[in-house]
Parts: sequence; C-alpha cells; structure tokens
Amino acid sequence: MTTMETSGMGRGPVGDTSSAGPRTVSPKVEAQRRADNRRKWSEIALFTGPALVLFLVFVVFPVASAMRYSLYKWNGVKKFSEAEFIGFENYARALWGGSDPATRQAFKTAYSQPFWDALGHNFLIIFLSMAIQLPLALIVALVLNRKFPGRSFVRVVIFAPYVISEVIAGVMWFIIFDPQGIATHFVEAIGLHPPEGGWFEDQTWGFWTVFFIVTWKYLGLAIILFLAGLSGVQQELQEAASIDGASWWQVQWRINVPLIGPTIRIWAFLSIIGSIQLFDMVWVLNRGGTTGQYATIASFMTQIGFFRHDVGFGSAIAVIMFVISLVVATAYMLTVLRRDNADADLSR
Amino acid sequence: MSATTLNEAPPSVPTQGRGAVTKAPRGKSKLDGGVIIAIVVGLAGVALTLGPILYLLLGGFRTQQNLASDPVGLPDPWVWANYLDILKAGLFWRQLLNSTVVALGTTIGVVLFGTMAAYPLARYRYRGRELMYLIFAAGLMFPLTVAVLPLYYILRQFGLVGTLWGLIIPQIAFALPLTVVIMRPFLRAIPRELEEAAFVDGVTRVGFFFRIVIPLARPGMITVGVLAFIGSWNAYLLPLLLLTGPQEGMTLPLGVTAFQGQYSSATTLIMAYTALSMLPALAFFLLLERRIVDGLSGAVKG
Repeated sequence: MTTMETSGMGRGPVGDTSSAGPRTVSPKVEAQRRADNRRKWSEIALFTGPALVLFLVFVVFPVASAMRYSLYKWNGVKKFSEAEFIGFENYARALWGGSDPATRQAFKTAYSQPFWDALGHNFLIIFLSMAIQLPLALIVALVLNRKFPGRSFVRVVIFAPYVISEVIAGVMWFIIFDPQGIATHFVEAIGLHPPEGGWFEDQTWGFWTVFFIVTWKYLGLAIILFLAGLSGVQQELQEAASIDGASWWQVQWRINVPLIGPTIRIWAFLSIIGSIQLFDMVWVLNRGGTTGQYATIASFMTQIGFFRHDVGFGSAIAVIMFVISLVVATAYMLTVLRRDNADADLSR
Repeated sequence: MSATTLNEAPPSVPTQGRGAVTKAPRGKSKLDGGVIIAIVVGLAGVALTLGPILYLLLGGFRTQQNLASDPVGLPDPWVWANYLDILKAGLFWRQLLNSTVVALGTTIGVVLFGTMAAYPLARYRYRGRELMYLIFAAGLMFPLTVAVLPLYYILRQFGLVGTLWGLIIPQIAFALPLTVVIMRPFLRAIPRELEEAAFVDGVTRVGFFFRIVIPLARPGMITVGVLAFIGSWNAYLLPLLLLTGPQEGMTLPLGVTAFQGQYSSATTLIMAYTALSMLPALAFFLLLERRIVDGLSGAVKG
C-alpha cells in the first residue's frame, strides 16, 4: 500500500527559497535575485524540456493532426498539401451516409452502418462489464477476502491473465474456440450444440465469445483491485456487526461494499475507458470478425484509415472516439468520482 | 498488505470432509463454511485461469493428429519437435530481443524524462506551473488509438517507420502523463529540510535531483517503470502499423500473429510459439508480482 501515504503528502510548502517576500532591495541583491531567477528558469527548462518536447511532438501534435485530417479527403499516399478539403463530410458519411443523396445509400451500407454497429459493440461491452463482470468480480473478491489455505497462490494465479498481452491471449483462445477445437469438443460432450459456422463466425455467438475472452483476461484485475480495497477496511467494523447478529451477507452488503466504493468506481472508470478503446483482442480475432460482427470503433478506424488508406475518414472516426471518451470521462468525473475526489482533497 | 485479515480463525485445514458445508455460511459453522467456499471459489478461479494456458502449453507437445483426436488427455505421443524447432531457429529469439529492447528503452526513457519533468512541477514555484501540470495531466485523455494515424505519417517523415526507435519514442511520449501524475506527489513528499541541508552543503538543485531525489523516489519510479514496461511489452497497434517488414524485425505480440498466419495449418506449432511467447511475461510477473499489484492498486487509488 505504498501510495496510500503519498496522496496526502503534498502538504508542506513547495520548494524554492529564492522568491521570498518583498525586502529592502539593494542593487546588489537585485542583481543576485535576477541571476537566481535566470538559473531557476534554465533549470526548469532543462528538467521539463525533454518531456515537454516529446509530449508536444508525439502526443499533442498527432491528436491535433487527426482533427485536421478529418476535414480532408486524403489517401495517405499523395502529399497532404494536395488533399481535398471537404469540411465535415467525413463525419456526415460516418453518422448518416453523407450529404450527397446520390451516394448516401451506398455510403450508408459501406460506412455508416458498420460505424454504428461498431459503436454499439463498444457500448454493449461497457454495459456487460457493469452488469456481469462487476458483480462477478465483487462476489469472488468478497468470498476470497479471508484467510484460507492457498490464499496467496490463488491471488497470484487469478491475476496472471492481466499481464498476458491481449494479442497472445487472443491467439490462445482463437485456437481453443477453433470449430474443431477443444471448446467444441467440450460443448458437444455435455450434449449441447456449438454454433454451426464456428464460434467467431456466428453472428450472435461471435460477440459473446469475444466478450468471454475479454472477461477472462480482465476479471482477475478487478478481483485483485477489490481485494486490495477490502484489505483496507477496518476489521473492527465487521466484527462489531457480526456480534450484533448481522449475517455474512449483511456485513458484506452494508459495510464492505460501501467502504470499497471508491475502488469500485475507479475500476468502473478504467473499464469504461478501456472498453471504448478496445482494439488488440478484437483485431487479432479476424480483425473484428469477417462481417464485423464484433468490430469495435478502434478496429473499424484502423481497418478503414490504415488498411483501406482512407486517412481522412479514419481520422474522423478517431476524433469521434476521442470526443466520446472525453465526454464519458468528464461526465463520470463530474458526477460519480467527484465525491471521492472531494474526500481525497481534504487530505491534501 | 501484510497485516490484512487477522480476524478469522487460524487457517486450519477444514476437517469436515466430503464438502459437507458448501452452502452460504450461516449459524455456528460460519467461519469454516466460509473457508470452504473460499477454497472452492479459489480453485475454480485457478482452474479457469490455468486451464487454457495448460492446454496451450501441452498442445505444443502434441502431434497434429493427437490434437484432433484427443485434445483433452495428455499428449500421446509427447513430441518435443515443435518447441525445439522454434528454440533452434533464430526468429523467436530475435523477436524476444526486439521486445526487450523496446520495453527497456521505453521504460528508461519514461522513468528518466517523466521524473525529471515532475521535479520542477513538484518542487519549484514559478508562474505557469499548474498550467504545465494540467497540460501533462490532460494527456491522460489522449489515447494512442486516437493519434495513431497521424503519428504514422509523422514517424514516416522522421524515417522511423520500421525501426524500433519508431516504437520507443512515441511510447515514451504516451506514458509521460501518467508518470508525471504519479511522480509529482512522490517528489513533493521529500522533506524540505533535506533540500535546505543539501543547499547549505553547497549542492546545486541539479545535484540534489540526481543525488537525493532519485534515490528517495525509487518506489514511485519502480511503479511507473513496471507499468511502462508491461504496456510496451504488450503493445500491438503501433507495431502493427510500423513493423511491416520481415518477421525478424517484429516484436513478440506481432510476431505471434505473423507466425499464426504463416503456419495456419500447423496448429500445434502455433501453440508452442504462443506458449513460449507467453513465458517471459509470466516469469516477469512472478518475479515482480507484489510490485505490479501494489503499483496498480496504488495507481487506482491515486
């Protein structure tokens, strides 16, 4: 729990001894002060400079460029200066098929429909994370939050999928869910019928299979985070409640769950942002599915913007994705997380 | 983390046997019942986690026929050829080296530049400081996915497409915001008396940073470094766009997918390759498990 201590520690006066309050100023002191000031600024530049340059050139500038590209029709091959400015046409094409009635129907099928489908998948994943992963992880964490033989072993193993890359986990499960693979074997063995066209190809099963894999990879993280939160809950409270006759469920529901509320809310935040940006896993599994049956907005963007060389359109999708995560994050911070932050600020 | 659950009865191995109490813990057998449920749930979790990984690992020892006929049992016969072929050829080792170079380069860059940037933000008083912090912190909202298309063309202009530098430099840049946000409180926490004492002894601010701040901020730097290393090790999108050349130049995640595409009919060979690629991350994790878990839950708690 190293960082528990750090959050409350910015209390002391922040360094810099040179800029004390007004004094009687002799020219000599004044010159000294100026020299100090110059040195201070050159030190600031020296320390912050490399990071600032990297950050501006490789983070801020590309994001700004994405906004600019999104207003152009550009294939990435010819010079950008020769690209055609088309205003918000890329956005219109994604959202409702574009402003030209002649091509609207075709563009709807080619761009708009897949875009909304992909966006729908992202939001379905967010919803399912909250409706399935959260309660599941919470119950497992509450059950495991006690001493039992093999406790640390269980914790280490459960967390392990988190450090395996999405790509490698994806390839592994791709083999397991092969139409002739072991998953099919198992399902047939218990007398059920696996989806006929294959786990991933099936229009309904494809999405659920991917969601299962995502859950396998990230449930352990949630459990471990919740357990870490639970370890900070005062045991006395639970004991007192037990003595007063509260059942195990009552203790969990009335004491433990509310007390790890902040941890749950931050996990939900990370999970939402991660769901909006989900790419690696989906891409490894047939680039979002042969008919895009589990494509996400990021895989759709990469497909069109990079592999089909429609950089302008891809950038528009990227900007839409950016706006969505910004809105979601801001809304979440202003509503749900504000309480927690207000609590934390008291200790600053 | 050490003194967590002290309330329960000592972890005596439950003696009821035959899983008598597996219902919700009620009444007198409350504690023991809870322990049994915890064990059952824990074992289920372990099985669901390790099952697929073991299947993959064992699959690498199978023949193609064995995988088709009996994927559930142990390999019969045991075949070493898949693993040995991969380990004897250079491809896997080259990709392992590439991944290591990129992850180490990213980690060093992030920790060094990030801590340096956080230092004035934490311990100097100057105009525009909070604005600069806000700019860095806002970077948390800029995911690589949003920037990746333009980033590709920028890197192409710099001649970095297809090189490992093309991965390292942007990865450093994108990991900086989180680093600055995590490191600033660490650097603030260093007592001011230390600083004054050092200045009295004639140490400059720069000297103070390298001789005193860096050693004292080690826990934070390790957290940040571990996060950056894992992020880089698992990265896929940027390598996918940049490393389109020969397989020898790829990092491991990309290499696994390329291998999968190349030998699509030899499933057991792919399983061996995938299993081998998984091992370094798992070993790294077992070695640093505590640090990773603490770092993550610390980062989450803010």
